[in-house]
Amino acid sequence: MNKVYNNRAWWLILPMLLLVAFSAVIPLMTVVNYSVQDVFDANTRFFTGTEWFKEMLNDPALQAAVLRQFAFSLTILAIEVPLGIGIALIMPKKGWQASVALILVTMPLLIPWNVVGSIWQIFTRGDIGLMGWSLRELGYGYNITSNPVDAWATIILMDVWHWTSLIALLCYSGLRSIPDAYYQAARIDRASKWAVFRYIQLPKLTNVLVIGVLLRFMHSFMIYAEPFVLTGGGPGSSTTFLSQSLTTMAIGQQDLGPSAAFSLIYFLIILLVTWVFYTAIMNMQKDNNKGA
Amino acid sequence: MAEITLKSLAHTYLENPKSPQDYAIRELNHVWQQGGAYALLGPSGCGKSTLLNIISGLLEPSSGEVLFDGEVVNDLPPEARNIAQVFQFPVIYDTMTVYDNLAFPLRNVKTPEARVHERVMEVADVLELTSQLKRKAKNLTADEKQKVSMGRGLVRDDVSAILFDEPLTVIDPQLKWTLRRKLKDIHQRFQITMVYVTHDQLEASTFADKIAVMYEGQVVQFGTPRELFETPNHTFVGYFIGSPGMNFLDVSARDGAVWAGDTALTVEQGVRDAIEKASSSNIKLGIRPEFIEVHTEPVEGGMSAQVDHAQDLGTYSIVYLTLGGISLKARIEEDQTTPTGTAWLRFPDERLGLYVDEYRVEVDHE
Repeated sequence: MNKVYNNRAWWLILPMLLLVAFSAVIPLMTVVNYSVQDVFDANTRFFTGTEWFKEMLNDPALQAAVLRQFAFSLTILAIEVPLGIGIALIMPKKGWQASVALILVTMPLLIPWNVVGSIWQIFTRGDIGLMGWSLRELGYGYNITSNPVDAWATIILMDVWHWTSLIALLCYSGLRSIPDAYYQAARIDRASKWAVFRYIQLPKLTNVLVIGVLLRFMHSFMIYAEPFVLTGGGPGSSTTFLSQSLTTMAIGQQDLGPSAAFSLIYFLIILLVTWVFYTAIMNMQKDNNKGA
Repeated sequence: MAEITLKSLAHTYLENPKSPQDYAIRELNHVWQQGGAYALLGPSGCGKSTLLNIISGLLEPSSGEVLFDGEVVNDLPPEARNIAQVFQFPVIYDTMTVYDNLAFPLRNVKTPEARVHERVMEVADVLELTSQLKRKAKNLTADEKQKVSMGRGLVRDDVSAILFDEPLTVIDPQLKWTLRRKLKDIHQRFQITMVYVTHDQLEASTFADKIAVMYEGQVVQFGTPRELFETPNHTFVGYFIGSPGMNFLDVSARDGAVWAGDTALTVEQGVRDAIEKASSSNIKLGIRPEFIEVHTEPVEGGMSAQVDHAQDLGTYSIVYLTLGGISLKARIEEDQTTPTGTAWLRFPDERLGLYVDEYRVEVDHE
């Protein structure tokens, strides 16, 4: 076959490059620019090098926020992934029940973040909120504005309510793609229910679960609107997560240099965790024992 | 090890079946004897796989009974029937190694690990998978995967029967032959009842001692490959077995002769009597292309036919003829002269079959 080499075709990627430049590269470079300078006004600025980065990495309040953030993301993943798989497994597979179940499960995903926060804010109020009022009537002194444990539990519950559906829907689609022959073969092989799950369903779910876990990790690591509306980060700073600390610093205090440095660190943490997770999963799937 | 009996079995996928056409399997009685190698042959959609799934318990029949050694097993799930089944497309457990895949059916019933090892090694040896045992099953080729699927059926030494549902579909033609040979060896070695579903007559006759031919949800004939070829019980068997299939001529008896269209046929007295006695008007005479005598010169009792064209297939040719407006095929061996223009045909009496309402009717030879 005669292959035509025409390197002018490279020019065709120019529009894409421009678009990416405006949407990602230029904003990101602005942040990089701020992170290495101390800007007073349009004409006065000093080059600070890595000073902001050192300061941010050593800030105890931010270190606490990072730990809190990891604790939060890992907790919701530990709940949402098994729960999502469980829901997907018990969802009806055909008939009108399947459609009803799909709509019900999808519902929470359609609600905007701020609205979710507001719903739960009202839901948990001691005077008029169903959950807050009920818990108090049952004798538990539930109060998210003064008790950090209550605040944490409520935020986790809220996130689980809002996002488990995503994992469930991804797993549902994964389960639907398993041919009947696999289940038939498993019955012939006398496999137990657990063995069917462990050796047929779970392996087929690996790919969708990788996507689900990555999405949920990145998403939860950037959580902002829901806790902000529900608890405002309190009581104290017990539910102040990373993006809220950042917003306070950048918008509230106008500390552009430190917050730019912090943004970059934030970005690198997400990138690193995601990469490590993805690489680890992909390595697990490789054949470690090629031939014998 | 078991003898499998099917008693007035019928199955339909519809809720309210009305006509016989609504049934995937129509009222069927059959016995698969212990230790036999059987093939279930038929075109796609004739109910072969349905029948297999009913035997293994994956499907519950609409009516009738399945018996293993005389015991009704209708209510037993596949797990309890102790049957192995190999499917058309390979089913393997991706995350396990080949060894673990083969060990899976045994470990599921808590077989001691020493015994598991012994069986897996034996089966791996038979299927030539020994060098692959440590590999992840996911990375195997399609035919290796199918060998693993078969291995999982063979590894159980206590199975009542092994059912194969067109297991060689995904295998290269070259390897197909080897694997079929292998299955036959395994059958002779372990003496397990095997039922092999296929739509390929060659596959059926190389594997099986006896073949059941299925057509529209019924077993129309059950016999050795030779019986199916020489005395097809039903016009479908005649047409389906053999390459090309059997010739059929619509005939009627009139004025003391047997007619195919406007041509009087030279047939023996017994055939004419049987046609005259038949209550139906659906009467056919069937003869295999291999058995038609083709002469280039007029012969005694020869019927003249027009030669349309001939197809040279190397070691033999197929001649397309028209006799009384009906197309016929005849096989001419290499050493015979291929006729042109007009040929004279003779149908040997013992090779001619009479079919009334599609089923073979025995004829008294004089």
